Amino acid sequence: MTGEAIAFYVLAAITLAAGAVVATSPNLMHSAVALIPALLGVTGLYVLLNAEFVAGIQVLIYAGGITVLILFVIMLTEGGTGLRIRQRNEQAAIAAAVAAATVALLIAVAGRTPWAHEPGALPSYTPGAIGQSFLGPNLPLFEGTSVVLLVALVGALLIARKETGE
Amino acid sequence: MPWYVEVLRAVAGTIIIFSGVAIVAAMFGVLLERKVSGWIQSRIGPTHVGPRGLLQTVADTIKLLQKEHIVPRNADALIFASAVVLVPLAALLDYVVLPFGTTRWGPLIFRDLNIGVLYFAATSSLIVVGILMAGWGSNNKYALLGGLRSAAQMVSYEIPIGLVLITIALLAGSLSTVTIVTMQAHLWFIVTQPISFLIFLAAATAEVNRAPFDLVEAESELVAGYFSEYTGMRFALFQLGEYAEMFAMAALAVTLFLGGWRGPVLPSVVWFLIKLYALVFVFMWVRWTFPRFRVDQLLNFSWKVLIPLALLNLVGTAYVVMVVQR
Amino acid sequence: MLLDWGYVAIFVIVGAGMVSLPFAIIALLSPRSSFPHKLDTYESGVEPVGQAWSQFNVRYYMFSLIFVVFDVEIIYLYPWAVVARSLGASAFYSILVFLAILVLGLAYAWRKGALEWS
Repeated sequence: MTGEAIAFYVLAAITLAAGAVVATSPNLMHSAVALIPALLGVTGLYVLLNAEFVAGIQVLIYAGGITVLILFVIMLTEGGTGLRIRQRNEQAAIAAAVAAATVALLIAVAGRTPWAHEPGALPSYTPGAIGQSFLGPNLPLFEGTSVVLLVALVGALLIARKETGE
Repeated sequence: MPWYVEVLRAVAGTIIIFSGVAIVAAMFGVLLERKVSGWIQSRIGPTHVGPRGLLQTVADTIKLLQKEHIVPRNADALIFASAVVLVPLAALLDYVVLPFGTTRWGPLIFRDLNIGVLYFAATSSLIVVGILMAGWGSNNKYALLGGLRSAAQMVSYEIPIGLVLITIALLAGSLSTVTIVTMQAHLWFIVTQPISFLIFLAAATAEVNRAPFDLVEAESELVAGYFSEYTGMRFALFQLGEYAEMFAMAALAVTLFLGGWRGPVLPSVVWFLIKLYALVFVFMWVRWTFPRFRVDQLLNFSWKVLIPLALLNLVGTAYVVMVVQR
Repeated sequence: MLLDWGYVAIFVIVGAGMVSLPFAIIALLSPRSSFPHKLDTYESGVEPVGQAWSQFNVRYYMFSLIFVVFDVEIIYLYPWAVVARSLGASAFYSILVFLAILVLGLAYAWRKGALEWS
């Protein structure tokens, strides 16, 4: 087994285990904090895909920003420590079956798709290549993104202020 | 090279960096802080332990190791414990991309990552999560409040730091720290980017929760902030994280603005250390000179002053680089 | 390149171990007492009043929200910065548009008082 394969299995195991904790833990805080290893596992997977830049921004935005945001929200709305939430209801078995079926479907589809690159032959995801791409052929996409961000910001502020009744 | 040799090199490098930072940043750093504060306040500072007080921090560490391991009854033990590991680890992860000098086999750096400065920004942002966890895990009003305020402050100052990093990357044409240093062969970036330098120093001071931006640790206000409930060694580890991060920020500033290890005559590592300690001294000088900012002043300063300034500086620099210097 | 990250992975593992080392030492060296109030949470020497959670304002949340939006803006600037020198002058104006739209967002937040710690 090559080092890459070992790394993949370890990272996948970390991500899935942490993800399971996020989805099933009855302790809200534990659920949120378990996001961190899950996101870091995904970071490792990005690195294995030769996408260092994406890995870097994954940590910066998700682990460093979104997780902070989620923790703030929990701390703001938490009614007491160790709030027990009910993670399971009567439909748990059906949900598990649907999830398993979805996974099987995704694996089947991924296996049959004729990917453009063979395993090991990865395209360039360096910051330079990305920069050339979105200031060149993908420019409208780039400018559009800034508009999306603006809309998201305005929308979120409006909703947050409405909640506080200002 | 066969893989086990690589692993050995990595492990050795890690141990060297950890020990180096623990000694240079934490031990000497804390002692330097006490001596500098004493000098500024017209008193001597620690002199009793060891020659001229040099072994003071060693004595303090031994004392802390002997303290009892108290976990308050209501604390969330798992989160409590994870936070203690996460904060210093994230701070120490910063050191992977810092170049300490150059040898005849290449630059003296743990690993010159292609995404150098982006990596640094990413690991710095992990510290914020650790602090939130520490504040929560204690189940103590003051610790939680301290943690939330600290997080809000650090998060606000990450943007100006990011903008400065981008400006320098713009000038150097790369995110790699080694490339940034070599691009300063003729002229240090502080000459062409004095505003960025000042923004960086201010934002870095706030990022490591140092005075005058240290409201979250203000002993008179919030007991000891987010680490009120941590005893003994865990307190020491948080302090290690804070000092390690401060030294890392200073080292990054040396890399980005002061030409890294470059300098005539003396060996590169010596130059690096001289510049590093010069900046650390500036950090300490500022701490013992200025009164503390209020929380609203602190946040306003970042969002309403530093960020607009950094953006203007970025646009100006971009104009010169992209339009004027074709 | 993968080798670089292998080094980083080892740094994380060995580092986590080294940071946890003091706890092993503590387990050996530190005293243990059984004073009943030892485990109480600290509140300036008196009994803690109320739950640890109390009504925190939305302002903390606002700051981290605005932070996330600007953080995403910044990650678009990183790739641009790396290739800026080799791009034409028109790229400068493209970036200017991008930044202007986001400055608009900052101005909106400022006007609406989202940046106030009141």
